[in-house]
Amino acid sequence: MQTPPKDQPGKKPGIIRVEGMHKWYGDFHVLKDLNLTVDQGERIVICGPSGSGKSTFIRCINRLEEHQQGKIIVDGIELTDDVRHIDTVRREVGMVFQHFNLFPHLTVLENCCLSPIWVRKTPRKEAEASAMEYLERVKIPDQANKFPGQLSGGQQQRVAIARALCMKPKIMLFDEPTSALDPEMIKEVLDVMIELAGSGMTMLCVTHEMGFAKTVADRVIFMDGGEIVEQAPPHEFFTNPQEARTQKFLQQILAH
Amino acid sequence: MKKQTIDTRPAGPKPWYDPRVRSLFFQAIAIALVFWGGWILVDNTLSNMESRGISTGFGFLGETAGFGIIMNLVPYDATMSYGRTFWVGLTNTLLVSAMGVVAATILGFIIGVARLSSNWLVAKMALVYIEVIRNIPLLLQIFFWYFAVLSNLPSPRQSVDVGGALFLNNRGLYLPDPVTQEGFGIVWGGILLAIAAVVGIRIWAKKRQLATGQIFPTFKVGVAILVLVPIISYLVAGRPLEWDLPALRGFNFGGGITIIPELAALWIALSLYTASFIAEIVRSGILSVSKGQTEASKALGLPNGLTLRLVVIPQAMRVIIPPLTSQYLNLVKNSSLATAIGYPDLVAVFMGTTLNQTGQAVEVVAITMAVYLTISLLISLFMNIYNRAVAIKER
Ligand SMILES: Nc1ncnc2c1ncn2[C@@H]1O[C@H](COP(=O)(O)OP(=O)(O)OP(=O)(O)O)[C@@H](O)[C@H]1O
Ligand SMILES: [Mg+2]
Repeated sequence: MQTPPKDQPGKKPGIIRVEGMHKWYGDFHVLKDLNLTVDQGERIVICGPSGSGKSTFIRCINRLEEHQQGKIIVDGIELTDDVRHIDTVRREVGMVFQHFNLFPHLTVLENCCLSPIWVRKTPRKEAEASAMEYLERVKIPDQANKFPGQLSGGQQQRVAIARALCMKPKIMLFDEPTSALDPEMIKEVLDVMIELAGSGMTMLCVTHEMGFAKTVADRVIFMDGGEIVEQAPPHEFFTNPQEARTQKFLQQILAH
Repeated sequence: MKKQTIDTRPAGPKPWYDPRVRSLFFQAIAIALVFWGGWILVDNTLSNMESRGISTGFGFLGETAGFGIIMNLVPYDATMSYGRTFWVGLTNTLLVSAMGVVAATILGFIIGVARLSSNWLVAKMALVYIEVIRNIPLLLQIFFWYFAVLSNLPSPRQSVDVGGALFLNNRGLYLPDPVTQEGFGIVWGGILLAIAAVVGIRIWAKKRQLATGQIFPTFKVGVAILVLVPIISYLVAGRPLEWDLPALRGFNFGGGITIIPELAALWIALSLYTASFIAEIVRSGILSVSKGQTEASKALGLPNGLTLRLVVIPQAMRVIIPPLTSQYLNLVKNSSLATAIGYPDLVAVFMGTTLNQTGQAVEVVAITMAVYLTISLLISLFMNIYNRAVAIKER
């Protein structure tokens, strides 16, 4: 499979490599023999029915969940029990959650500066200046001194994206970033994500926003029952799905 | 021309349907009832006392007390006044309460965190501690420490002797008393200097973080300065401190500082008992911070220690403070169980002996109640101020 960024000079191939990865919750086999290579700058959309293991999968990539078998290598570092490796990887991988998970006791600006100051050891002034840039990029610089509880859902999610970007990560993970939002707020968040995709960020995005997948994805991955059932560029994926399970899923989701 | 001004407000409801009028009405009734009840009580007591020939007023506070008290922080002997017995009792109550609050808080936080430990044994031990201690009546625990543990220590002649300076027996714990000599001012100067230096370093470290991003280990360096500078100035000043060692004189010890077994038993029991409740409060406070918060913090690359310190604890404190306040209040009030083992707290001394000797029940009870009320209100006030500072702003 040929994806455009692969050919561009200066792009690292295989910034994420997942090889023969399995995960169990007790006896329950959640993820079965996953294999995936993501190149730098690639934009991946993961979809699939509820309970298929999408969240579990992307949470393994920054080790919020442990895998029990196989390998996950992020930016050249293999994820093992070694805490130093985990911390290094997490510094390079930003994550945006379905329920925003902003820190309610800190202002928007403090939310954005926390990790740059404590982990990257950035001078506070510099961290704040850089945070303001990202807040401008997600179009809410005027909310910088408010607390998360004072913002709308869409605004909170944009702050969450800015907060992750403040660490200047190489990879961004999104776990259903728009599914807790009202319809009129979905667009403002998607616009930010589309802009981010245009800037060459490596993105892994679990979402049911098929419009977003069609616009920005280099590859769409379909998961079901803990397996990667099918992966293809969006045009192929939507017009000519190969597997029966994919066809059924697409019928259901596009019927809306 | 009368009807020129037009009232544009919507017609208000009839007064008896207006919530504001209603609430005023009910509040007025409630206040009237309280005053009426208070008046009946006071009137009744006064006329009873009059008929029994008891004088009223606070004049008795100036009379000579004539009884001894086994422990006093303010100077006291039997020739002093009843007013003095009040201060002796009050300072004893404040001492055991303050010691109890500090010990219970430290122990409670440790056990509360241990309760959440991923180590099975640690977590289970914390659980057993909490369940056993908080389900046994406090009075029983005070008796246990006083009669079963401390009374069974050896007699003064057979004291447990630690290096000839520290003695433990059934009369109490005897510690050396530091007596400052000439030149101790230098040590005080050293202590002040150390405090000033730590404050200075904090300010400098903040500025440097602003400028360069480097985080200075303020806490560790601060502790080192606070410990080392006074020690050095002590040595430089030629060790201007002598120790008054306790020594056996006849059947008992003299000299040094004594911690009487009544205080020790009450302090241990109050601390252990309150710590078991604080541990549960701390545990539920930490659990109240959602898993999403820790996950977001970890995803940002913050290691576990910083996640706990910067994300979890500040949010947990908000949940912990109000019930923690009520535990502090309980501890202060429970300290009045001192009477049961004869620790001379406010209730034992003032509401006990003083009341019995003078018969001034109304005055003594009123003063004592006012004191407990004041202590409680002060604690609540401080905790509220703290709570307001850590509160999370919502819409
Ligand atoms: N902590 C856990 N313990 C046990 N089972 C779990 C745990 N977390 C998730 N699971 C199970 O693992 C499976 C995959 O869950 P996951 O959250 O990854 O699904 P998903 O594809 O993200 O679904 P959704 O679209 O609803 O978010 C589900 O069957 C779920 O019940
Ligand atoms: Mg999910």
